[in-house]
Amino acid sequence: MMELRDIRRRFGKTDILHGISLRVPEGSFTSLLGPSGCGKSTTLKIMAGLDHATAGQVLLNGEDVAERTAAERNVAMVFQSYALYPHMTVAQNIALPLTMREMNRVERLPLAGRLLPTARAKRQGQARRVADVAEVLGLQTLLARKPSELSGGQKQRVALGRALVRDPSIFLLDEPLSNLDAKLRVEMRSELTALHRRTGRPFVYVTHDQAEAMSLSDQVIVMMEGRIVQAGPPKELYERPNHRDIAGFVGSHPINFFDVDLERGRPTGPFHALPVTGQAERITLGLRVEDVWPDAEGQIEARTERLEYLGNEILVHAVLADGRPIRATAPGHAVPAEPGAPIRLACAVARLHVFDSESGVRLAGGTQDAAA
Amino acid sequence: MTLFRRSTREALTDLWLAGPAVAAMAVLIVIPVVLVAAMSFTDYQFGARRFDWVGWENYVELLTDPIGRRAISNTLLYVAIVIPFSMGLGLLVALGLHRMALWAPRLSNSLRAAYFLPVAATLVAMAVAWQMVLHPSLGLMNAFLRGIGFAGQNWLSDQDLVLYTLAAIGIWQSVGYTMVLYLAGLSAIPADLYQAAAVDGAERGWERFWVVTWPMLGPTTLFVTVITATNAFRVFETVATLTRGGPAFASDTLVYALYREGFVYFKAGYASAITMVFFVFVLVITLLKFRLLERRVHYR
Repeated sequence: MMELRDIRRRFGKTDILHGISLRVPEGSFTSLLGPSGCGKSTTLKIMAGLDHATAGQVLLNGEDVAERTAAERNVAMVFQSYALYPHMTVAQNIALPLTMREMNRVERLPLAGRLLPTARAKRQGQARRVADVAEVLGLQTLLARKPSELSGGQKQRVALGRALVRDPSIFLLDEPLSNLDAKLRVEMRSELTALHRRTGRPFVYVTHDQAEAMSLSDQVIVMMEGRIVQAGPPKELYERPNHRDIAGFVGSHPINFFDVDLERGRPTGPFHALPVTGQAERITLGLRVEDVWPDAEGQIEARTERLEYLGNEILVHAVLADGRPIRATAPGHAVPAEPGAPIRLACAVARLHVFDSESGVRLAGGTQDAAA
Repeated sequence: MTLFRRSTREALTDLWLAGPAVAAMAVLIVIPVVLVAAMSFTDYQFGARRFDWVGWENYVELLTDPIGRRAISNTLLYVAIVIPFSMGLGLLVALGLHRMALWAPRLSNSLRAAYFLPVAATLVAMAVAWQMVLHPSLGLMNAFLRGIGFAGQNWLSDQDLVLYTLAAIGIWQSVGYTMVLYLAGLSAIPADLYQAAAVDGAERGWERFWVVTWPMLGPTTLFVTVITATNAFRVFETVATLTRGGPAFASDTLVYALYREGFVYFKAGYASAITMVFFVFVLVITLLKFRLLERRVHYR
């Protein structure tokens, strides 16, 4: 279990992390999700012991490990660039953590290592474990190759192998899939899930890809500008985003956002019929595309502009009376209004998201909270 | 419409792009080398109206004459001293300055410039300074030695010492160059690799060096070795200005002998033979290094 308590990090005069507190429970797959420059990689490096916090505590299984090095913390890390040693073969790359830990300086020497019986025994044990890991990752035939002779996906597997060959206290993965092509990335996702289940160790996974974070994790921690904006299971993030930016970030279809003026607590304009109440003068409504659909009884009037047929569903691009675009979905077999024709849209009131227009914070007064 | 077929046109483009450089190389390098090679089998003297072919006589003279052999053995000894020390010190200085750049970037930069100064400065002018420093009675060096209780030395006129003195000056002169090359190599090593090494358990400086730094500097080391070796083989300025090969040919080197025979005694044939021997040495050492080191050096 890894825990951070009020971690701050400053580079020169710039604050990168403004008090990060989080828990990665034993066996959890936790994602740190955020745009580039939000401090997620710095947070991971502080967990690893490769970087040190300006203030705050790093606890590993309840012990403060701030003064311990990465090796002493026994973390395993996978880097975005793979960070393989180009002069070593795949087998040597995977075995290096074992070599460095189990053998002393004399045994590591190339010549003495071959002559000393203790070194030979250790090398044999390591070779066995490397072979086991290679089998899990499907690298058996590549063990004698150098990294320069491998494809991106194979390099990534070797990097994973280097992490798996010993039994680390925690796995830290820094955007491990972002250099792979789209198809391989999806394949590797399921492999990562399988590896996580095999090892039973906590995984911390840094990514800027919300789909990866949502599909892999049991806990997603969203970071923006050096702060944690929300932490929770993927479902909670999707259904109850507590900030406008999270609602915009999470989900494969971009969400519809509308700034709406309130008059005497009731919305004005195209959304006047929605049962939304609030104290603010101006709110931001968030309507997920799948929560808006064509309906003859719908409360929202619009005009169809373009239809995107996707097979299982139809994406309806429409324009509101005041000219703002809105997107809705219809089932693939439906026949929505032709482009140019007026259309009425209904929305799932219980799944409306209401945010403060100024700060972007979720407003407690939204109807879905009353409904929930 | 088109005058030539596509493949012909492409060949012409290649010729047009590479041709001038190849022609210049032929005129300035290949032809002179062939002429020198031919001349080394003659007894030609500058200004003479005729010459005779003498076969291998010049080479036999160079390899049997004590003075010729002395020049060869001196050069080999000089090279054997300068290469390892220049590279070792250059690497040490580069490692130090590379780390220092993290906490004292300005000091690191000034020291870098200081180390590079001997490379940029004219060696002939520097030799005058060395002459002053090494002067037996007035020089700083002996004053310093006497100050701490040692006897002064005749640095440039002691037969047993002079070659080592010149080698030391050669090292002083080339450390800056190897340092700059190693610094470039060091800054090209990705930080990720050091971090991966730290996670894998290579945390102390010594382990980091053997797991990451030294292997990643492989290509740089290969390049530095070849450059340092050829530069050391060409040692001339310090010999010419400080010792003129003396005393009693104790500091005579191949290139200085070549200069003396060719431009003082005008024995063009003999000087050409020396040139060819020098050429073969450099060629052999270059090929040897590429063969030996390339097997162990990976290029990304």
